[in-house]
Amino acid sequence: MSIWRYANPAEFMRLTGWLVLPLSVLAGVMLAVGLAWALLGTPDDYQQGSTVKILFIHVPASMLAINTYAVMAVASVIGLIRGHHVSFLVAKAAAPIGAAFTLVSLMTGAIWGEPMWGTWWVWDARLTSVLVMFFFYLGYMALWAAVDEPEKAAELSGVLCLVGVVFAFFARYAVNFWATLHQGASLSVAEGQRVDDVFRLPLYWMMAAFYVFFVALLLVRARTEIRARRARALRIREVAA
Amino acid sequence: MSDPYFFYVLGAYAATAVILGWLVWSTYRANARMRAELEDAERHRK
Repeated sequence: MSIWRYANPAEFMRLTGWLVLPLSVLAGVMLAVGLAWALLGTPDDYQQGSTVKILFIHVPASMLAINTYAVMAVASVIGLIRGHHVSFLVAKAAAPIGAAFTLVSLMTGAIWGEPMWGTWWVWDARLTSVLVMFFFYLGYMALWAAVDEPEKAAELSGVLCLVGVVFAFFARYAVNFWATLHQGASLSVAEGQRVDDVFRLPLYWMMAAFYVFFVALLLVRARTEIRARRARALRIREVAA
Repeated sequence: MSDPYFFYVLGAYAATAVILGWLVWSTYRANARMRAELEDAERHRK
C-alpha cells in the first residue's frame, strides 16, 4: 500500500473524516489541562517571577511557528515534484495556522521580554528571523489570494515558500550561530536537562497539546480547501455545459 | 494583584486567546461555509 494514495482527494477526505472530531476533542482537553497545570500548578520562578508562566505558551507557539513552515516546505516540494494538488492544498491550509502561531510567539515574547530584558523588541538574529518568517507567511497567503488560476497560484506560492525556508532555518538555529540576546535552547537532549521537572513536565504537556491542536486544525483547513477546489470545478463545469 | 508581573502574564494569555480563538472560529466557519457550497454545487449538477 503506497502513501501516495492519500494524494487522491477522495482518499484524503475518507481518511481524515473520522480523525477530525477525536483530534479536536483531544486538543481541547489537552489545552485545558495544560493551561490549568501551567497557571495553577507551577510556582513562580526565583528570577523570572510569574512571567515564567508566559513561556508555557511562548515556547510551544515558537516551535509550531517554525515546524509549520517546515510542513509547508515539505508539502510544497512534494507538490512541485510530484504534482499532487493535495500537497499544495495542505501547505495552503497550514499557512494561516503557522502565521497565527508566529504572531503568538512574537507577542508573548515581547510581553515576556519587557520585564525580563527591559525591552519589548531588539533586532536580534532570532527575533528578526522569526519576524521575516512571519512576513513570508503573509506573503505566501497573499500570493495564493492574488493569482486566479489555482494551478499557477500553487506553483508560485510553493516556490515562494521554499525561498522562505532559509528564514525558518535561521529562526530555529540563529542562537547556535550567533551570541544573541535571545537565549539558546533550554530543552536540549545533548546538553542534559537544565529545566526543573516542575516547569519541564507542564511545558512538555503544552507542547504536545499544541501539536495535537495544530494537526486537528490542519486537517479541518485542508478538508475545506479540497471542498473549495471541488466546488469550483463543479461550478466551472456547470457554466461550460 | 500584588504580583508586579500580573498584567504581563494576563496580557500574554489574553493575546494568545484572541489570536487562537480567531483561528479556530475562522477555520470552522470556513469549513461549514464550504461544506454548504459544495453540497449546493453538487445539487445543481444533479
